[in-house]
Amino acid sequence: MSTSPVYLDAAAAAPLHPVARQALLAALDDGWADPGKLYTQARRARQLLDAAREATAQTLGVRADELSFTPSGTAAAHAAVLGGLAGRRRVGATLVHSAIEHSAVLHAAERHVAGGGEAVSVPVDRVGRLDLDAWTAAVAAPGVALAALIGASHEVGTVQPVPAAAEACAEAGVPLYVDAAQLVGRAPLPAGWSLLSASAHKWGGPPGVGLLTVRKGTRWESPFPADERESGRTPGVLNLPAVVAAAASLRAAAADAAAETARLAPLVDRIRARVAAEVPDVEVVGDPVDRLPHLVTFSCLYLDGEALLQALDRRGFAVSSGSSCTSSTLRPSHVLEAMGVLSHGNVRVSLHRETTEADVDRFLAELPRVVADLRAEAGVTGL
Amino acid sequence: MSARSEPDEVLDCRGQRCPLPVINLARRLPELPVGAVVRVLADDPAAAVDIPAWCRMRGQHFIGAHPDPPAYDVRRTH
Repeated sequence: MSTSPVYLDAAAAAPLHPVARQALLAALDDGWADPGKLYTQARRARQLLDAAREATAQTLGVRADELSFTPSGTAAAHAAVLGGLAGRRRVGATLVHSAIEHSAVLHAAERHVAGGGEAVSVPVDRVGRLDLDAWTAAVAAPGVALAALIGASHEVGTVQPVPAAAEACAEAGVPLYVDAAQLVGRAPLPAGWSLLSASAHKWGGPPGVGLLTVRKGTRWESPFPADERESGRTPGVLNLPAVVAAAASLRAAAADAAAETARLAPLVDRIRARVAAEVPDVEVVGDPVDRLPHLVTFSCLYLDGEALLQALDRRGFAVSSGSSCTSSTLRPSHVLEAMGVLSHGNVRVSLHRETTEADVDRFLAELPRVVADLRAEAGVTGL
Repeated sequence: MSARSEPDEVLDCRGQRCPLPVINLARRLPELPVGAVVRVLADDPAAAVDIPAWCRMRGQHFIGAHPDPPAYDVRRTH
């Protein structure tokens, strides 16, 4: 194959935004000193950090002192969950979360339960949308310290009813944590949350930078050993050049977000429609309308997800899968499981600012043949 | 599920990774008369999702699951 590779896994990591590259290179020269020290080089680093925080807070619509940078989106999610629970331990020890949270949130929940706490998982429907009645009842129960809801599913793209879920939380007096990793830099943030996390490499920033936002008045207590950096919310010296690059690229991504949505959402619609029409025995999953503009997921009956990924990789397409054979635990994606949709032969395609219409059309032109060949090899054609 | 009636046939797919249990079910069910019940024994956790999903996609009736050993009952409806 002489055609160029097509990267379609932006939901895992988007290619580095050119603005991030420029800012990163500039900050490597200027931002290497420890911003906590009291000499000229440190002051320069401090200025860069302050400016990055100011710009990022402005993009998110929060106060600068509500925002901390973390070493990853995962670290931010852990801090949001465990810190939010610790801050309200006098109220209770129950975490309410949706069944389709990111594994970082679920792993923090497991840690909480292992330490004697409780976690209540709220189901979703067949398209992956939160069961609001069950959520409302769960957060209103006595002893709930924190509720966690992903803003939009990173696996199937369904946007969650955050405003309504937040209203239920507010009525119950429970703070809401929103994992906004797939929203920040792409879509407007919903209202009503108390804690929020995001991850820079999802919007075209460098890997190794997360965001943790704790709104004023929210009880939060560090689950980590004491450290004074980042208002006591993140231990350790930050990777400042990466933070500067994350802030610069977020501003650029947010400025282009509406235009990118207008460009990518029709391509996602095209994938949904043509995959359903042109690939036999396929289940396109997630909400058809209320969804992320850049992400689409489908499952192909009788196919092994890993074999499908490898076959697509050989044709130059990089995609992701929630099938059990592609996970280290050999379990199917908990998101597909919670939705009750086909989990084998699963493919997630996620687009980004460098994705062209021609890329998508080439993928759509080649996919039916790839699926047909694999089915023929496995002897499952016509089953 | 409620009453555990005896199936017409048992497909032993233990030790098979998904999608093999679904493939075996899809091969066998059409060979049985309409109304027949197949019990699929499958210990891959993905079977718990994929067998009901297959029934939905194919318009067959997923009767229910048994926990131990993991088994799934499916009735041929057409």
